Amino acid sequence: MPVAASEKQKDDLQALPGDEVRQVMWRFAGRYDLQMLVQSAREVARGPVARLVAQGARADHGWTPAKNELLKAYDESGITGVFMDPEQGGFIEGPKNLALALVAFELAWVDAGAATGSLAGCLALAPIHERGTAEQQQTYLSRCAPAQPGEARLPWRGAFCLTEPIPYVGVDTGQLGGKVRIVDWPEGGEPVLQVEKRGRFITNMGFANFVTAAVESDDPRIKGTLMVILEEGDPGTFDRGTPTRKLVHQLSSTCDPVFNLRVPASRIIGGYDVRDGVIVPHYNHSEVIEAVFRRTRVTVGIMTSAKLLSAVEPVIRYQRSRFRGGAATGPGSPRYDLGLQMKEDVVHRLVDVWATGEASASLGFEAARLFDRLDPMERLRDRVLAERGVGGGMAALRARKQINKDALAFLCGERPELADDVVVQTALLDSIANVLCPACKLWNTGVGSRMMREAVSLMGGYGITEDCPGFLGYKWMDSQLEATYEGPEAVQRRQLGVTMTDDLFLMQFRGWIRELRRVANDHPGTGACALATAMQMWMWTLEHLRESKDADGAALYHSSRQGVTFALADALCWLLASRAQIQDVLELARMGPENPALADGLPGLVSFLTDLCHVQSAHAAGEVGRICAELVFGYNRHPRWGEQDCAACYSATELEAWESLIPGIDGAARGLTDVVENDGSHQQKAGPCARYEGLEPFQRMRTRMDGCLTGSRLAKDRAADALTTVMIPEAADYPR
Amino acid sequence: MSQPFHIVVCGSIVPDPLQMLEPVTGAAGPALKNEMMLPAVLDPWAAHALFEAAHLAAKHAGSKVWLVSLGPKAKLQQVMLTVAQKVPFELVALDGPASGFCDSLATAQVLADAVAGIPALNRDRLLLFGGWESASRGAGSTMQIVAERLGISEQFQGVDQLTVREDGSMEILERVEGGRHLVSVCSAPPAAFGWATGHLPEPRNNPQVGMTNMKTIMPALQRAKASAVAADGLRFAAVNVPKLQRQTRVVKDMPPEEIARELVAWIREK
Repeated sequence: MPVAASEKQKDDLQALPGDEVRQVMWRFAGRYDLQMLVQSAREVARGPVARLVAQGARADHGWTPAKNELLKAYDESGITGVFMDPEQGGFIEGPKNLALALVAFELAWVDAGAATGSLAGCLALAPIHERGTAEQQQTYLSRCAPAQPGEARLPWRGAFCLTEPIPYVGVDTGQLGGKVRIVDWPEGGEPVLQVEKRGRFITNMGFANFVTAAVESDDPRIKGTLMVILEEGDPGTFDRGTPTRKLVHQLSSTCDPVFNLRVPASRIIGGYDVRDGVIVPHYNHSEVIEAVFRRTRVTVGIMTSAKLLSAVEPVIRYQRSRFRGGAATGPGSPRYDLGLQMKEDVVHRLVDVWATGEASASLGFEAARLFDRLDPMERLRDRVLAERGVGGGMAALRARKQINKDALAFLCGERPELADDVVVQTALLDSIANVLCPACKLWNTGVGSRMMREAVSLMGGYGITEDCPGFLGYKWMDSQLEATYEGPEAVQRRQLGVTMTDDLFLMQFRGWIRELRRVANDHPGTGACALATAMQMWMWTLEHLRESKDADGAALYHSSRQGVTFALADALCWLLASRAQIQDVLELARMGPENPALADGLPGLVSFLTDLCHVQSAHAAGEVGRICAELVFGYNRHPRWGEQDCAACYSATELEAWESLIPGIDGAARGLTDVVENDGSHQQKAGPCARYEGLEPFQRMRTRMDGCLTGSRLAKDRAADALTTVMIPEAADYPR
Repeated sequence: MSQPFHIVVCGSIVPDPLQMLEPVTGAAGPALKNEMMLPAVLDPWAAHALFEAAHLAAKHAGSKVWLVSLGPKAKLQQVMLTVAQKVPFELVALDGPASGFCDSLATAQVLADAVAGIPALNRDRLLLFGGWESASRGAGSTMQIVAERLGISEQFQGVDQLTVREDGSMEILERVEGGRHLVSVCSAPPAAFGWATGHLPEPRNNPQVGMTNMKTIMPALQRAKASAVAADGLRFAAVNVPKLQRQTRVVKDMPPEEIARELVAWIREK
């Protein structure tokens, strides 16, 4: 029997991170309600969901009785009720963003379609939850809560219908095709509305009892746009439509419905006023969906993170056992024990997959936690502003200007008393949320999907079979949808292009750079220094681009110049993800020792995760360097071999003349700069080398950042080495 | 009218059986490699006992279920996050080792003291439940010793079914050879039951049940006393992982009698 781990081995990665580790890293170690939810969701994911996938249920895009059974499993396990407050039939008090993110993570670990299906009900309720009247909230949230013991009731299911304009799938929220008009308005009574709406790719539509739909006024007696609740029993047409022939997420029901229904005006989400005989909704459809999507998009980002992390164990198992079936490979030989892991390349690539998964999960959960903090603050802020008499329109804009000014003063340390001002503190948090949400959706799904392909490739041909352990091939395909639905990548980049230039965000971003330098000082192996330098470079580039013009004199940083804004948004996401990853590992190092269950393996685990941070920060720095360099230099026109651009070139005649005065100058000049010969010929290249007037700080930063990558590949080697010895379970734990 | 029962289930945690379980020699004797880092589950035999206890308690109004669990506090807490969602119970947590290498006599002493110390326990109505076997060690003696220490003489092992009859007596099915059951009748509590698998499926997680249970489980975990399990005189000569053995022979049209004869001969060889 071998002797237990020596001191040296204790610094190695001993086992894959378990629940205790994740609870600390993702900050729910003190929340047993969430810990239970995780266990509960996991049982459904690795039980009925995994069994369905293994049985081939994904081969059918229709909503089958077997798939319908999942709804019962969601109800019984608390997944359906996670969105509700205890008085509405739920079991979690307070904000639910982290809870929903954890459910999404657990379900997507096995199948993201199941995650989408379970969360689509929350999406349908979200407009009511965020902007509905108290009566609407009580009615629909209670109806959707699973039945309590002894209650003979089936919970209602909802769908969210936004698609516009027909016939394409997806949405331009500014172009609504769905219409609403008044068909009856009894004297002193409730107006009756006629709602016409068609949808594409509407999740949960195969069984939904109600729909929250976005429509536009087709009647001068209704102002603007609104969201309205439609029920299946309403008079008129409630046609679920044909199932969408989608290639992915087949464990969710998706249809193209048609509605033409009469509903009371009390179904307008958020209520309405009547002004001069016109129905004025309290919220237009944009205001409703803005409040909804900024939260729900985070959970979508988390789904792709779960897939990446779920790939680690099956890939290691495959790599190690790759040659064990061969007659010439016996136990005890490196080929038998390590299999493919004898080769550096496969473990290096798995390190990349794992590092990306860690970074994206960290970013997603950071965003979810932030919204949990923000939710109650927003409500308090609204109350305070109402008490101050701040209404809508211009007054609100003026107030916002002042709030931002106060917040900046607070950040500069000029007004410390504002630390307790909920309006100012909400503004600060809001400015970060406005960046983290699209960043998480964009980066987690976009980069995640590319890395998922890498994970699939690590399984060889096995990866693209239905039998692939961990269903990696399915997960790869599914991730393409995650990158698309609830706002495709371009929408997220557009939003980032605006929110990342908010002064409040940028001021806090500068603070993060200083903070990372301190982290680098205390924890040099994290790669925090490289990250801080990359963040500086990003800041410099943003400032430069906002003031610069291209070779034709056109402004560079402009909403229509997506070649600039989108690229810079992409670069920012890499930085945010890497920063979140480092913060989570520091949290584990700080709080992990408090849990005795972690004592044995903590040093090795922290050391390994620190190496992953280093690997990821190097990737982030590399990406940022590439993008920023392209943007800074790429919009200048390259000099040509013409009279004007060659003004700074030496001519051979000049050099020959100077050679007699300064011996050696001819050779030296030819090594340093461009020379035009007497016959007009020159070196074979595109033109005289570009000059960098004004860009020297960027060049210095770039050189510094390249130097900051020192040690990152050593970290990768260490992490890869750890993958060859880490203990993994004997068999996959799903399907159960 | 049925009388309520006070059911105490003894059960601890074991490493998730899907994990790589590799014996190593640690400072305090044999152990499993990285045991504290491995995910743990409630010992399946004890889990059956707990589900049977909850089922029985639900049928007899006023009954109550306690789960007495000896294990590292931090690991117990993790396992309770799942177990607490299954059925209602009150936890009595003992912070100590749950390893399969603990002495059953010393373990039983700690458990018996904990059961005896449950304040509201009516020992005249006590049904002591536990696993007949264990996923970490099949000593098969722990529950018997606990019962003896508590002065319970009515003991049943390998129990698959417990039915309370109209007159309050209990009919018990114990496993015996050949897939058959021994049927016994016990007139009244107290009695001890070492459960085999029972007949109940594992209940699904229900967070509502979990939230209610956790209100008492978390304080119980905070109160958990450190419980030393004595190991005086205990020495392990060898520890081995059970070996997988597979010898396949394809034979066609073999008569059943011949198959039976071969099996008997093979068993005698072993």
